[in-house]
Amino acid sequence: MGGETVCYKLRSQGFWLTGELQRRCWWFVSSSAGKIGIFVSTPDCSSSSHIRQQQGSAMPFGNTHNQLKMKFTPEQEYPDLSKHNNHMAKVLTPAMYERLRSKQTPSGFTLDDVIQTGVDNPGHPFIMTVGCVAGDEETYEVFKELLDPVIEDRHGGYKPTDKHKTDLNPDNLKGGDDLDPNYVLSSRVRTGRSIRGFCLPPHCSRGERRAVEKLSIEALASLSGDLKGKYYALKNMTDAEQQQLIDDHFLFDKPVSPLLLASGMARDWPDARGIWHNDNKTFLVWVNEEDHLRVISMQKGGNMKEVFNRFCTGLTKIESLFKDRGHAFMWNEHLGYVLTCPSNLGTGLRAGVHVKLPNMSKHAKFEEVLKRLRLQKRGTGGVDTAAVGGVFDISNADRLGFSEVELVQMVVDGIKLLIEMEKKLEKGQSIDDLMPCPEVKPSKHLNTSALAPLSLPLLPLFPLPSV
Amino acid sequence: MASSFTRLISGRNTAVLLASLGAGTMATGFLLSENSSLAAEAKKKLYPPSSDYPDLRKHNNCMASALTPAIYAKLRDKLTPNNWTLDQCIQTGVDNPGHPFIKTVGCVAGDEESYEVFADLFDPVIKDRHNGYDPRTMIHPTDLDSSKLTHGMFDENYVLSSRVRTGRSIRGLSLPPACSRAERREVERVVVTALAGLKGDLAGRYYSLGEMTEQEQQQLIDDHFLFDKPVSPLLTSAFMARDWPDARGIWHNNEKTFLIWVNEEDHTRVISMEKGGNMKRVFERFCRGLKQVEHLIQERGWEFMWNEHLGYILTCPSNLGTGLRAGVHVRLPKLSKDPRFSKILDNLRLQKRGTGGVDTAATGDTFDISNNDRLGKSEVELVQLVVDGVNYLIECEKRLEKGQDIKVPAPIPQFKK
Repeated sequence: MGGETVCYKLRSQGFWLTGELQRRCWWFVSSSAGKIGIFVSTPDCSSSSHIRQQQGSAMPFGNTHNQLKMKFTPEQEYPDLSKHNNHMAKVLTPAMYERLRSKQTPSGFTLDDVIQTGVDNPGHPFIMTVGCVAGDEETYEVFKELLDPVIEDRHGGYKPTDKHKTDLNPDNLKGGDDLDPNYVLSSRVRTGRSIRGFCLPPHCSRGERRAVEKLSIEALASLSGDLKGKYYALKNMTDAEQQQLIDDHFLFDKPVSPLLLASGMARDWPDARGIWHNDNKTFLVWVNEEDHLRVISMQKGGNMKEVFNRFCTGLTKIESLFKDRGHAFMWNEHLGYVLTCPSNLGTGLRAGVHVKLPNMSKHAKFEEVLKRLRLQKRGTGGVDTAAVGGVFDISNADRLGFSEVELVQMVVDGIKLLIEMEKKLEKGQSIDDLMPCPEVKPSKHLNTSALAPLSLPLLPLFPLPSV
Repeated sequence: MASSFTRLISGRNTAVLLASLGAGTMATGFLLSENSSLAAEAKKKLYPPSSDYPDLRKHNNCMASALTPAIYAKLRDKLTPNNWTLDQCIQTGVDNPGHPFIKTVGCVAGDEESYEVFADLFDPVIKDRHNGYDPRTMIHPTDLDSSKLTHGMFDENYVLSSRVRTGRSIRGLSLPPACSRAERREVERVVVTALAGLKGDLAGRYYSLGEMTEQEQQQLIDDHFLFDKPVSPLLTSAFMARDWPDARGIWHNNEKTFLIWVNEEDHTRVISMEKGGNMKRVFERFCRGLKQVEHLIQERGWEFMWNEHLGYILTCPSNLGTGLRAGVHVRLPKLSKDPRFSKILDNLRLQKRGTGGVDTAATGDTFDISNNDRLGKSEVELVQLVVDGVNYLIECEKRLEKGQDIKVPAPIPQFKK
């Protein structure tokens, strides 16, 4: 047998030894006075991959020593979530942990990998983070027992049996080309896409990440017309290029949020990360940031329809370019587009505007209105920032269970209403008669697009008394 | 866009993936299923070590200097008995390119066997960091006999406090980058149980980081004992802050002169300290305390990680050998302004830090002066070196006060080969 011989002494505890024995190829055991000396012969390098494959892990990075933890009881390994407030902590129980901890996906992603970010970041009493991530497409299947309730909790009651509808036909969007530019400063739609067959950012090796980058560069290089553009690799860009990207608000930086760092997404930064954008600076793709691809369509002003048109056209084109090269996006009819964070499943879509609402934002019912419209507000710096000068980033709150068209429609209709309300408040008038009706759980699990507008009782067809 | 193509390959067990990676690489088709050895082999072909080799062109750390593509290729697919990999050892060095002036180590061990399985990397790193020490051929001396220390009483007009620290790892349990929650809790249990057996001037108490009261926390802060969740990316990239603050804590004796950190950057960090210049007493307590703790864990069938080439095994290669940093806070107002100060320190094999510890600046004229070396000299030798060196510095300061000149001492030789 050859290879290296390692000799070390272990505590002589029977169950511990048994756990060790299950993993080794060859064992010689001798004992002396109270301690057991174990001579282990490990095969040499060429067959060590055989061992790695036996353990089910084919990727260099990850919780490769998951099987070793089996020698400890589930109670000994169970995380202390007593001070935690995130979806993972709400759902995970010791019994569930026991059932899932021995599993791993084909690429070796384990339960502890999934939950590490949620364990390391207890969360905030007011903000409910997700607390778990996927390392590959199969994570959502292998760890269903945990992720289905997390998804249900996060996505408004979305059931494991529900189907998600994808609709990227911009003709289905009604209106949206006339949001008042006196109020709407800019419009933007973003989503993410993952390339099937590659591990996701928390788990991918450098080789995989580079392969994703290479494929993306090739596909994007084939775009033409108003989508023609250029790729800037994060590690190669010149100072001038970097400054330009900063000025354009295109540059993304190494994540600093502990939510992202704890999941392993920032490894090897800035290797294989980059930014592609078209010459017009209205279509932008981030490569290997928080997902394989983040696709963004944006422009100044209130023509959301045009933004959405370009978004759909660009996405569809990119998808076919990837398919030409033998790659599909991760998608299934239950979860829609599969992304790293469960919060982005479905459409992964956030359509939003920067809109001036100085009066509306001070109104007591502002939050309530947003809630009923299924919208959320952020500061203009993006997530976790504060609003500046009465300008808010208003976008859809949902991602899963509604199609792309439906979500953008919600934003378009909602913004129109908010601007009307703002105008009324400017004139010192009341907005009570404009209040949208109370939020009702829409029946979003219907497959036919014809029914979709009717199934969302968001906006009154006629003024209602205030509630 | 649910085309029939994507629906076909969405089934997990029947996925057929065609990967073509463009010019210069081959197209590989393979079956992706949970138990297929074909999958693992094909994936290895698809991602040969060269495709995974990190880009270290902008890096300045010991790992980047030592890791050639050939070494990476040889070691990438190896595993320690705890299934720790090379990529996990080097992740911190890949993520932290370093500083042109400060050469960090850039790799960590996940377990005791890392230093053996990945010797092709760790040996040159150790040589680089420890002045040419060769783990293959050289023996590291361990000597915790404090009675051998001479002249260990400093002039307290200059020396404000004295301190000796080291680390110890519990054999059989993975190190902080690699340990599972259960292993980390086991370390805590083993150590805390042992410490409960200390008596006399070493009797003390354990404060678990997650469970201490507000008052306890404030007291530990005031005593300068409390350690916080690491923020340095050097440590967080090495996976050491996982599950914080689970199984982390601080133990100290009632007199607050002997302190142990549990599960911070190592299994244990052991610190002996007191105000004033009695380094002899500090070192005596250090050695006595360490020996007693070792005895207490041995009674229960545990021992420290140690071998004759690397001495005490710790997470960071920079702390191998003795893991010992003996130092003082000393006032050197005149000497610190002398242009020969750095050279004198160099020759005495001492380093200066600010009084906040590593990576802090000095306030006023008070410096933290300690030994540079860790490996190749014994504990007694290193503390003696600090004692002699600090005494020399104080002599220089006194001479400068009187307007006399000082001499740069001859450089102290490295370890005996």
